[in-house]
Amino acid sequence: MNSENNLYINGREIAIESEKNLLEVIRKANIDLPTFCYHSELSVYGACRLCLVDVEGRGINSSCSMKPEPGMKIKTHTKELRDIRKINIELLLASHKRECTSCVKSDSCKLLEIASKLGVEDVRFKKSLMNKGIDSSSPALIRDMDKCILCGDCVRACDEIQGIGVLDFANRGSGAVVVPSFGKPLGEVECVDCGQCARVCPTAAITPKSDTQEVWNVLDDPQKYVVIQVAPAVRVSLGELFGYKDGENVTGQMISALKHLGFKKVFDTSFGADLTVLEEANEFLGRIESGENLPLITSCCPAWVKYAEQYQPEFLGNISSCKSPQGMVGALIKNTLPEKVNVDKKNIVSVSIMPCTAKKFEITRNSAEFKDVDYVLTVQELGRMIKEAGLVFGELEPESFDMPFGFKTGAGIIFGNSGGVAEAVVRHLSSNLNGQDATVSDVIELRGSNGIKRKRITVKERQFNIAVVSGLKNAKELLNKIKSGEESYDFIEVMACPSGCAGGAGQPVTHNSETVAKRGRGLYETDKMLQLHNAHENPLIKEVYESFLETPGSKIAHELLHTHYKSRKRFEGGISLIQSGEEKKKISVCVGTSCFVKGSQKLLNRVVRHISVEGLSDEFEVSATFCAENCDKGPTVVVEGEIINHCSFEDLKKKIDTFRSE
Amino acid sequence: MNSLLDLNAIKTDYQNRAKNVTRRIIICAGTGCMASGALKISNEFKRISTLMGVQVETELKKEETSYNLLTGSGCQGFCQMGPLVTIEPEGIFYVKVKPEDVSEIITETVLSGKPVERLLYKGNISGKSCKTQHDINFYKKQTRKILADCGNINPEDIEEYISRGGYEAAKKAVTEMNSIDICQEILNSGLRGRGGGGFPTGRKWLLAQKEINDKKYVICNADEGDPGAFMDRSVMEGNPHSVIEGMIIAALGIGADEGYVYVRLEYPLAVKRIKKAVEEATKLGILGDNIFGTDKSFMIHVMEGAGAFVCGEETALMASIEGKRGMPNPKPPFPAQSGLFGKPTIINNVETLASVPGIIKNGALEYRSIGTKESPGTKTFALTGHVVNTGLIEVPFGTTLREIIFDIGGGVTDDEGNLDPDGFKAVQIGGPSGGCLTAQHLDLPLSFDSLTSIGAMIGSGGLVVMNKNTCMVQVAKFFMQFTQNESCGKCVPCREGTKQMLALLEDITEGKADEHTLEILYNLGLAIKKASLCGLGKTAPNPVLSLLGYFREEIETHVMQQRCPAKKCKSLLTPVVIEEKCKGCGLCIKKCPVGAISGEKKQPHYINEALCIKCGACIEACRLDAISEGV
Repeated sequence: MNSENNLYINGREIAIESEKNLLEVIRKANIDLPTFCYHSELSVYGACRLCLVDVEGRGINSSCSMKPEPGMKIKTHTKELRDIRKINIELLLASHKRECTSCVKSDSCKLLEIASKLGVEDVRFKKSLMNKGIDSSSPALIRDMDKCILCGDCVRACDEIQGIGVLDFANRGSGAVVVPSFGKPLGEVECVDCGQCARVCPTAAITPKSDTQEVWNVLDDPQKYVVIQVAPAVRVSLGELFGYKDGENVTGQMISALKHLGFKKVFDTSFGADLTVLEEANEFLGRIESGENLPLITSCCPAWVKYAEQYQPEFLGNISSCKSPQGMVGALIKNTLPEKVNVDKKNIVSVSIMPCTAKKFEITRNSAEFKDVDYVLTVQELGRMIKEAGLVFGELEPESFDMPFGFKTGAGIIFGNSGGVAEAVVRHLSSNLNGQDATVSDVIELRGSNGIKRKRITVKERQFNIAVVSGLKNAKELLNKIKSGEESYDFIEVMACPSGCAGGAGQPVTHNSETVAKRGRGLYETDKMLQLHNAHENPLIKEVYESFLETPGSKIAHELLHTHYKSRKRFEGGISLIQSGEEKKKISVCVGTSCFVKGSQKLLNRVVRHISVEGLSDEFEVSATFCAENCDKGPTVVVEGEIINHCSFEDLKKKIDTFRSE
Repeated sequence: MNSLLDLNAIKTDYQNRAKNVTRRIIICAGTGCMASGALKISNEFKRISTLMGVQVETELKKEETSYNLLTGSGCQGFCQMGPLVTIEPEGIFYVKVKPEDVSEIITETVLSGKPVERLLYKGNISGKSCKTQHDINFYKKQTRKILADCGNINPEDIEEYISRGGYEAAKKAVTEMNSIDICQEILNSGLRGRGGGGFPTGRKWLLAQKEINDKKYVICNADEGDPGAFMDRSVMEGNPHSVIEGMIIAALGIGADEGYVYVRLEYPLAVKRIKKAVEEATKLGILGDNIFGTDKSFMIHVMEGAGAFVCGEETALMASIEGKRGMPNPKPPFPAQSGLFGKPTIINNVETLASVPGIIKNGALEYRSIGTKESPGTKTFALTGHVVNTGLIEVPFGTTLREIIFDIGGGVTDDEGNLDPDGFKAVQIGGPSGGCLTAQHLDLPLSFDSLTSIGAMIGSGGLVVMNKNTCMVQVAKFFMQFTQNESCGKCVPCREGTKQMLALLEDITEGKADEHTLEILYNLGLAIKKASLCGLGKTAPNPVLSLLGYFREEIETHVMQQRCPAKKCKSLLTPVVIEEKCKGCGLCIKKCPVGAISGEKKQPHYINEALCIKCGACIEACRLDAISEGV
């Protein structure tokens, strides 16, 4: 041990390795300092003041924000520190809606856990609830701000992982609160329902919306024939709720439990994933042939699809028209099952178990008479139903999926990981084109938790430029590079959640990134154990095509398995103040809230005056636009496509002059 | 290559033109005097002089004829006596001038140089008329360095600033000194940050100077947020160029080419003046590209903050400039390493920056000749509260509270504003982050370290004098209410803790406290002090902790005896009927909402203590003042 690089924690020597901060060194030394606002994947915030340590010579500091330095002498549990931590928790509890026994998060609440760990037995402070009310406007998430401890995790997750930022703080002092943009309900803002905010929330301030009661109701209804499909990533995480090791595959017990609960058939969404591979690969090859609408971008992730509709509508033509695997299985259930089981279509109820909150929104996309899927339950909800029914999960006799939509290949299983869809498509292309197969080492590089993975893969002498993205902020970055011509791809897989569905917000609550990694490994293990690894080898898929769907991309396949998208961009174009014309140069001044407070209204007035005073209205058109999405650099003005940040009137005048002199 | 900017030419030109001015009428145009009608006085001077045919100009003329000049100045500090008018060259100083006084001032003083006796300030003890500022104790006992030209020069005229040697220090820095020399000179001067912390300015600069980066920033923190403090505002209003000059030198010291002045929206006059000053300095080539004709560049943006107290905290201030919510971030990293937009940044307070030109011009040694060894130089204070002379003052470090309160401030007053020689009870220093000092501290020489050692701090320099009728619990509650309202809400101890401290103080003033209250209050205060994220949170409990330290008996009387010695906590007072005065009219019986008063007609009534809710309705109702507030 090189003692030059060591520090001392409670008098014990420990080496500094590659840790980003002191907290990580302390945790490496097996001291689990409590935190609410520290997440290794988010920026350091320093607000919960629980990871405080006493650093010799520097006094009390938060360890999450300190760099470890050789020779530091640190104490982690002096009386002073213990008292402070207790007081902090007491303060939080004083303004927390303490209905722990009936709280949906009671089994995984960090506040409850830490309070109990720290031995908080009494709250000496006055109860000070604000009764802020519950926001249930979103199809996917519930917000109860009386349970919020203002750690800001949700705010940073939405901003730093997804690059959206629908949540932020409002007000000051004890009136501080996290609100969606403009103080509106969550369902009315540009939330993509990914639920990453709920995933990081330490309490029940933001939780996935529960539909268990509705599902119990249909299960209780003798008229209804209730069937269920299970997404790939569910089988490797459900066990966590019943004491299994992280990442352990519990398919057999899960199916048994579902049958116990009263589901007539249990299907596998991975079957739909296999089907997606065939449909999407067919679409991809068609586009390669015609050279149109490339890159093809995947459509499995509903949060990504909604994001694209809201923020990147120019890419909607690139997104595969395939429904998600959930949608495909749902459509097949509703269209083939009634005949097979001899039940009226209106009495078939299609439920799905998803690792995802956005799937709850996805099923509302189509307003058709018969929805592909009627209810979406998260893994958390399924766990609660199993517990409510009193099933001793570990003791259940394993059972198998029902056919035909229960058979899948390994290709359909790995859809639950970031990179899985791309890999499944590569596998398919490899065995369908003539020539040399892609190598294993090629596809391995598509795996793993990196936010952006880029790989040029040669399949049968043809080169495909592939990108795999997880996290919408990464997606935005990549799309911007495509827009600017800096990068170009043939195929892009996008998943909103880091690590893909394994890290979805509907999964059991965990604040440990290693748990997510283990779920991912569990899926690759499952792939290995299966006999078939290539979607087109799935014999039951072949059968479905032969008996019903004809060929990939056929008319009937399109009808049932494909969908369409619409732009949901709030504002397109702008309000024209100096009339537009074909030949005119376009000046758009952003008057969104942020630019407005930085004076864009004044700027707009001045430029309009300038244009008319100087008699330039034949050459320039001026419009006021809403958010140009450059809020931090406002006022923002776009002149002929070029963005000018921090724009002053002088800057703009200069720009106008350069255009005139050209 | 441009030729160097010739400051001397501007100076000589200005002085030559100024020779033709017979008398100069200076009207204080600080916020205080403006509020009491300075603008009306100024307009009246213009109107009456025209009527009377007396030539009064508002700008220096090129022509070689003599005339009188009328200008506005920045805050002269004696706000309570405004509007203030000074006639130069005699320096005749008029207070509380009204528009109807103007014609007399013109005939007597402007035309004949004679003072108008009734408009002169009269000493509050001696009753003697004071002809000039130098005759007034309030000014006599001060050492005005930073404020020297505030109240003298026209803040909107860059040439006048230059005529008095302005921008010579910046020119010296850009042409004769390298960056290390500049930082070293500031370090040697011992200048410490005037924003409250007292960190050595030179050390801060050197930290930023050492950083290698393509971009660095200088920020002037003009987000003065303490209730009752207006030192920075006055400097910006009265001598904005001194701040800009300080920023230029700072930029040269650390190698920055861009700066921000972050000033609160509630200071419209300061915003206007600093913007005008930046504009004029840019026009002259003192700011912008190739400053002073050299290859160095420095530009300044003026950014208006929305006035959140927390935005005076440097990391929150930077977040605000970046367009984010103004919330502090943990330090380290320090701004000098990673500040605005992630670049090395120094943030200095207005007063600190205004001190810089003098140090560069006259040297560190000269600067150290005033003040104490550890805290050299002078400090401005906003003196308010129960004191005869309120206003803006400047004294050397090492001055005692006694000198400030009794010599400059003219002594303590009672609630009606009359001098009360034995009235002193306490002085709150440093606003909501500071603490209360008592009679035992009156002879303590003020400095950064002496105050920290007794649990208070200079803060930004608010000084609130309190007389013996003040309830210290109410004072602590006031400050706690302020910090609670202004807490950014980020970290738990500050957001939730100050709320609970306030609730505990309310319990005390409402008679709901018990023997545990003080212990919880103290422990909570300590926890907030140690655990909060930023300096504002860490100092938020100071007013309460100093109350517990220095006024223990008073607060214990509230808790244990349910009694407020100063009779300011209404809920602790039980009204008592003064039998000699009561005529038994029965009005109080009618007004009492709980039926706590009874008594025979035309006989003195009495109040049942057990039923009384202490609402005070009876006291208000009684026309004979026969009900006292009680004990």
